[in-house]
Amino acid sequence: MSATVPVRITVNGASHQLDVEPRRLLVHALREELGLTGTHVGCDTSSCGACTIHLDGVAVKSCTVLAVQCDGREVTTIEGLGSTDDLHPMQEAFWEHHGLQCGYCTPGMIMAGVDLLNRTSQPSESEIRHAIEGNLCRCTGYHNIVKAIQAASGQQTEATSQARDEVQA
Amino acid sequence: MIPTEFDYAAPESLDDALWLLGEGGEETRLLAGGHSLIPLMKLRVVVPTKLVDLRKVPGLDGMQREDGSWRIGAMTVHSELEHHPDLGLLSRAASTIADPQVRHCGTIGGSLAHGDPASDLPAVLLAAGGSVSAQGSGGPRTIEAADLFKDYMTTSVAPDEVITAVHVPALDGYGYGYQKFNRRAEDWAMVAVCALVYARDGVCEDVRVGLTHMASTPLRATAVEEALRGQPLYAGSIAEAAERAADATNPPGDLNATPAYKRHLARVLCQRALTEAAGLS
Ligand SMILES: Cc1cc2nc3c(=O)[nH]c(=O)nc-3n(C[C@H](O)[C@H](O)[C@H](O)COP(=O)(O)OP(=O)(O)OC[C@H]3O[C@@H](n4cnc5c(N)ncnc54)[C@H](O)[C@@H]3O)c2cc1C
Ligand code: FES
Ligand code: FES
Repeated sequence: MSATVPVRITVNGASHQLDVEPRRLLVHALREELGLTGTHVGCDTSSCGACTIHLDGVAVKSCTVLAVQCDGREVTTIEGLGSTDDLHPMQEAFWEHHGLQCGYCTPGMIMAGVDLLNRTSQPSESEIRHAIEGNLCRCTGYHNIVKAIQAASGQQTEATSQARDEVQA
Repeated sequence: MIPTEFDYAAPESLDDALWLLGEGGEETRLLAGGHSLIPLMKLRVVVPTKLVDLRKVPGLDGMQREDGSWRIGAMTVHSELEHHPDLGLLSRAASTIADPQVRHCGTIGGSLAHGDPASDLPAVLLAAGGSVSAQGSGGPRTIEAADLFKDYMTTSVAPDEVITAVHVPALDGYGYGYQKFNRRAEDWAMVAVCALVYARDGVCEDVRVGLTHMASTPLRATAVEEALRGQPLYAGSIAEAAERAADATNPPGDLNATPAYKRHLARVLCQRALTEAAGLS
């Protein structure tokens, strides 16, 4: 039972052929087989969102998806969003608005934030808070994360308007 | 947490899925969104020897209005229900399930087959008077919601049967309310109450109330329905009817809530859900 099976998964635009046991979780295939350690494991019980990636364009928790379920499908991880030299606007906004401290939850938060903006380009603060219900942060607090997502959507945040007022004063 | 070893198949037809299911015996399980099954496998509470993934089986997706009813493919995920403009109560209930990531994976068929009394959709199907289409070695059959939920995580879907579609009466003209109480946003309901009200000239012509997590299965609050049907709809009549929301229930106590507290919640949430459904909030 349970010999490895071949799967072909497109990850961050590149096609990968992997031989995985059916019980292999996607998050482990990404981290251990492909070395994409930006996707974190926090709770391992589908609660914290640290493992959030995009599967066929929508956010899912990769600790609760089998790699075999992704055969023939497309995965995007935090590594596929931007690079150190060329940050994605959501990454830029997290940096700018202090949306992280230890950074453990950050890849998942960013993937959840991008997923929201893919659905709703100009979310309200309450929509943002609902959209990150599945992502826990234990150190930054949610305030700056919400601001960062707001800023990434091109909306003025409390912080930016305050800063502008100070500059103008 | 890693599941025990198992074999995996992703058949491309319903016949092949049924064959694999029949051939594998009791330890073979269907896999839909995996968001109830995989967590249980990781905890090794459920230890299947084979998973039959339904994701490539044609005909299990899509939503169509057929006469007075919605036909919803079993593999329709919660987020599709949530974002559909015309599903009313079903949409609202789906939007309260866990978080966006879970709603992108979990399916209506999986949720109903799993039969967890804390799940949001079973009580909605029960209150709306819906049904499921199932197909097994004995051919296709329809299971009414009232006959579907048998006990805690036990339904009348046979181990060799696949739910192919869910039928939900559209109930045009009914107002609806959904009230769910939990401690953290992504938690399961301690208690949830759904209400459907058809009113004419301020009188309640029909009312259906569903209860989540008030017994080992979802329930209809028949005492509430009987108290309100045919009555004028106003705050007083609703409050009086809602007092009966915990009648004939047997809520399981857990870490979050004692049975007595759940009965209290049922009455309060029922009043709010009815008020919302009657358009009086
Ligand atoms: C963190 C978290 C929080 C959650 N919170 C909630 C919540 O608040 N409310 C809620 O309602 N749900 C909640 N869920 C459960 C979620 O909605 C599940 O996805 C759903 O209950 C099961 O659907 P699935 O498609 O994932 O089924 P799976 O996990 O794939 O399957 C569940 C069971 O049903 C069987 N099955 C699946 N499809 C069929 C079919 N078509 N025919 C016959 N049998 C089938 C499987 O064999 C298995 O036994 C939560 C899940 C998680 C992980
Ligand atoms: S590690 Fe997947 S949700 Fe926490
Ligand atoms: S930044 Fe540390 S957990 Fe969120």
